[in-house]
Order: sequence, then C-alpha cells, then structure tokens
Amino acid sequence: MHSVKYTTASIFKYLTLILGALAALIPIAVVFFASLKTGSEYASTGPLTLPENWLNFSNYTKAFVDGKMLLGFKNTVIIVVISIVGATLTGSMMAYILSRFKFKGSTILISLFLVATLIPAVTTQVATFQIINHLGLFNTRWAPIVMYLGTDIIAVYIFMQFLDSISESLDESAMLDGASYWTIYWRIILPLLKPAIVTVVIVKGVNIYNDFYTPFLYMPKADLQTISTALFKFKGPYGSQWEVICAAIMIAIIPTLVVFTALQKYIYNGFSQGSVK
Amino acid sequence: MFKFSNLSYKNQRIAIIFLFSLVPIVLLLTFAYYPVINMFRYSFTSWNGLSKNMEYIGFENYKTIFTNPEYFSVFKVSLYYFFTTFIQMGLALYFATILSFSVRMKNTFKGILFFPTLLNGVAIGFIFLFFFKPDGTLDTILNLLGLSGLQQKWLLNPNLINFSLAGASLWRYMGMNFLIFLGAISSIGKDVYEASDIDGANRWHQFIHIIMPSIKRILQLNLILAISGAIGVFEIPYVMTGGSNGSSTFVIQTVDVAFKYSKVGLASAMAVVLLGIVLLVTILQRVLIKEEK
Repeated sequence: MHSVKYTTASIFKYLTLILGALAALIPIAVVFFASLKTGSEYASTGPLTLPENWLNFSNYTKAFVDGKMLLGFKNTVIIVVISIVGATLTGSMMAYILSRFKFKGSTILISLFLVATLIPAVTTQVATFQIINHLGLFNTRWAPIVMYLGTDIIAVYIFMQFLDSISESLDESAMLDGASYWTIYWRIILPLLKPAIVTVVIVKGVNIYNDFYTPFLYMPKADLQTISTALFKFKGPYGSQWEVICAAIMIAIIPTLVVFTALQKYIYNGFSQGSVK
Repeated sequence: MFKFSNLSYKNQRIAIIFLFSLVPIVLLLTFAYYPVINMFRYSFTSWNGLSKNMEYIGFENYKTIFTNPEYFSVFKVSLYYFFTTFIQMGLALYFATILSFSVRMKNTFKGILFFPTLLNGVAIGFIFLFFFKPDGTLDTILNLLGLSGLQQKWLLNPNLINFSLAGASLWRYMGMNFLIFLGAISSIGKDVYEASDIDGANRWHQFIHIIMPSIKRILQLNLILAISGAIGVFEIPYVMTGGSNGSSTFVIQTVDVAFKYSKVGLASAMAVVLLGIVLLVTILQRVLIKEEK
C-alpha cells in the first residue's frame, strides 16, 4: 500500500524546509554544545563536535555566579511584571472607553496614538534621556518601566477587536442591575478580555525581556543589570573563555524557550491578530 | 461618603473617560511628543547635555552632518540591511506559503522557523560572534562541505563585515515576517482555493492570483518597516563589533555622539535628519498605495 508519490516539487519543498530548520537551529545548537564542554575540550574540538559529558554544568555555574545572572533575572522580572500589569490596565481602559463611548475627542485620541507609533523611538532617545534625567529616574528601575508603560496602539487595537466581540447588551443588563461603569469594566469586561490579555502579555513580555537598548542606556548601575546587560558584560573579560559565554547565552535563552513551548498556540494567534486586519 | 456608583450614568461617563485616558495621555505626551519638540530645539544648539545654558548656533549642526562624509557614511551601512530585508521577505513568503498547505510536521517547522525572532538581541549577537569567528561554526561547516577555500575573516574584512552582520539580522527577523505572512495567508477563505482547484489552477497560479493580491497590503507594510528597521539597526553590530571596521550604524553613531562625546546638540540634529527620512518614506509609501486604488 505504499503508493506515496514523491514528485520533484515535494522533494524540493521538504529539502528547503529542512535546510531552513537547520539554518535556524545550528547556530543555537553549537552554542549549546560549547556550553557543556570543559575548557580543554573546547580548545581541542570543533564547534560541531558533541560534548563528551552532557551533564557538565560547571560552565553554567560559573556564568551564573560570576555574571550575577540571578540579579539580572530579579531586575528583569520586576521590570517586566510592573510594566506589563500597567500596560495591560491602561491599554484595556483606553480600548474600553474608545469602543463603548462615542465622544468628541475619540478620533483625535486614536490618531494621537497612531502618529506616535510613526516616530521611531530610537530617533528621540537623546531627548528622552534628558526628560528621564530631569524626572530623577536615571539609574532607577522606574526609567525603563515608565517607558514600557506607555500604551502602544497595537495593544489598544487587540483589545478593541476583542471588545467588539463582547456584546453591549451585557453592559446594558449590568446597568439595569445598577452597576457603575467602573464595575462593568472591572467585573465584566476585564475578565472577558483574558485571551486578548494573554496575547498582549506575551508580545510585550518578549519585547521587554529582550530589550537591551533601554536598560543599557538608562540603568548603567551594576546593581540594576538586567538579563540583557548582564549578558553584554561577558564581552571583554571572558573573551577567551567561549565555553563560559556560551553557558551565559543559554541561561538567557532558556526562559524564552520554556515560555515559547508552553504558549506556542497563543503566540501564533496573538501576533497575527495584531497585524492582519 | 462619596461612591462612584451614586453618580448619574452621564457623569460617570465623563469621569471614566477622563480617568481612563489620563495616564496613557500623560505618558504619550511625555515620552512621545515632548521629546520630539525638544529634539528640534536641541538640534539648533551646541548643548553638551549638562550645562545650564544652551548656545543657539542655527543650522551649524546640520551643516556638519551634510558636509562631513564621516557622519553620512552610516547611511551606506543601512543599505546593506535594507537590501537584505528583500531576501528576508522572499524567504519568509516562501516558507509561509508552503506551510499554509499540507506539510508533515507543519507545526514543528513553524515553531523552528519562528523561534529565532523571540531570542534576546544580545544573545543573538554572541551566537553570531561564535558563528563567524575564525574556526567558528561557519568555517567548520564550509570545511565539512569541502568548501574550505571559501573561509574568510568574516568580521575583520571591511568589505565583508556588513554582509555578515546583515546576515545575522536576516536570521533574527525572518521569523517575524514569516509569522505575519502566515497570518495573512491563513485569513484567505478555503473556498477560494477550492474554486480555483476546480478551474484547474496549480499552486503557482494560486500563489500569483490568490495569495499575492490578498497580502499586498502586508507586503507594503513590511516595506515601510524594512526601511525604518534598516535605519534603526543597533544591537547586533553593537554587540558583535562595537561599530568597528566600518560597521557603525546610525543609532550606534548617535549614541556615541550624544553620550560618549557629549554632543547632544549634534546628536539631536542627526536624529532629526533620521526622523525626516523615515517620515518622508512613510508618506511617500502612503501616497503610492492610495494612487493604486
């Protein structure tokens, strides 16, 4: 019963897919191999050679302790959590008033947010730095937090799209029971927005976790290092110990890998929702 | 005692619109619009970012940028990244198209191709430092394939360095384009394909006549992002080379000028020029899209 016909087209299709997958994986895999090698083993073997002992985690301990990665994780988590909670609240509030109330300023408001996204953040960084400095936020965790907190139009759009699918008769029946607008938002709308919140949390969370520019510029203090800046510090002092740097790279990547595997389905839905319509 | 729910719905409405938009608007004005205004102001001064008084020097900073090849050469570097995005989008479109139809292990391939996009920028910088270094991953693979003659000093040769860095950038961002295309293609109804199957269309016809027209807008959007992305390149070259050997980008240079050499006025003028280019391209793009309709 093996009558599977492999046409040239389908061989080509799978060949390119495998090549693409290899191109995506090999650069990471070799770093993983190197992270498990001892110093002398690293020096005597090529990048594609598998490590002798798959359980040699000494480089990881060294990178984790010397690089103060725990401190990096702590700062990153604090910044990510506060920014995301804030951004979810402000984003959903904006979306709530924009989708439920028709008021005079609503189109102006939405275009204000839209135009703001046209201004690439990198261009205004020098001037933003002065503001952060004036507010006394330089070298504090609040500097990146207030910058990430800003409502971005993508989050507002994702929330608004979801709000359109929540029937307004739900709001009306709550009003018959005497619920205030605040109660409607807090008790009815916000819980129903859960899928949209997951999407926004993933998209924003990934961006904040991986951001290097903002903490590098605004929190140079050693105590405030994030995962990105902690990793960057390996450049220089560890120039000759690639096996330790490779372990540090893996330490920074592993959380992403775990989150990605767990939330894969939401990630696909989330990104495409925000961009297609 | 004051209770919010005691207000009439009309007053509640006013209060909630005001309260809910207050924080976002304050943040938006402080971190999006106010810096732009200040940036223009600084760009006409020789301010160093610290001293109390700013000296107004007119268009002197702009003159420096446009007459000094040292400042303008960074735009040439952007071109490497800009042209690489076409290869990147081509690959993304190809993979998105074949993975929209039946393929074995579809989700595994999707996951693998998308994963690099989620990684930490600094980690990617290091991964490719390892990839391109002498006797690193790339040289070893070339050796294995019997192509050792192609081995190069990927990051030390000024003629090659920007190709290497742009390649790393392609690896990083291809997955994002891929996912956006995948989403756009999946929004096309199944019945359209079925109808075309009956008419005897093959995959290539379907790609040209169904997929391409329906993702045209996304393609155009990606083009805009490609331009601003090419000008905003920072992490990969900064981590990998620090901008040496002619790999400095506009953002690396702006950061250096502003924070290393304390020339905030000049750096602001550079940023104004950059913003001008991005806006010009965006407007141009909009006009072109409108005309086609």
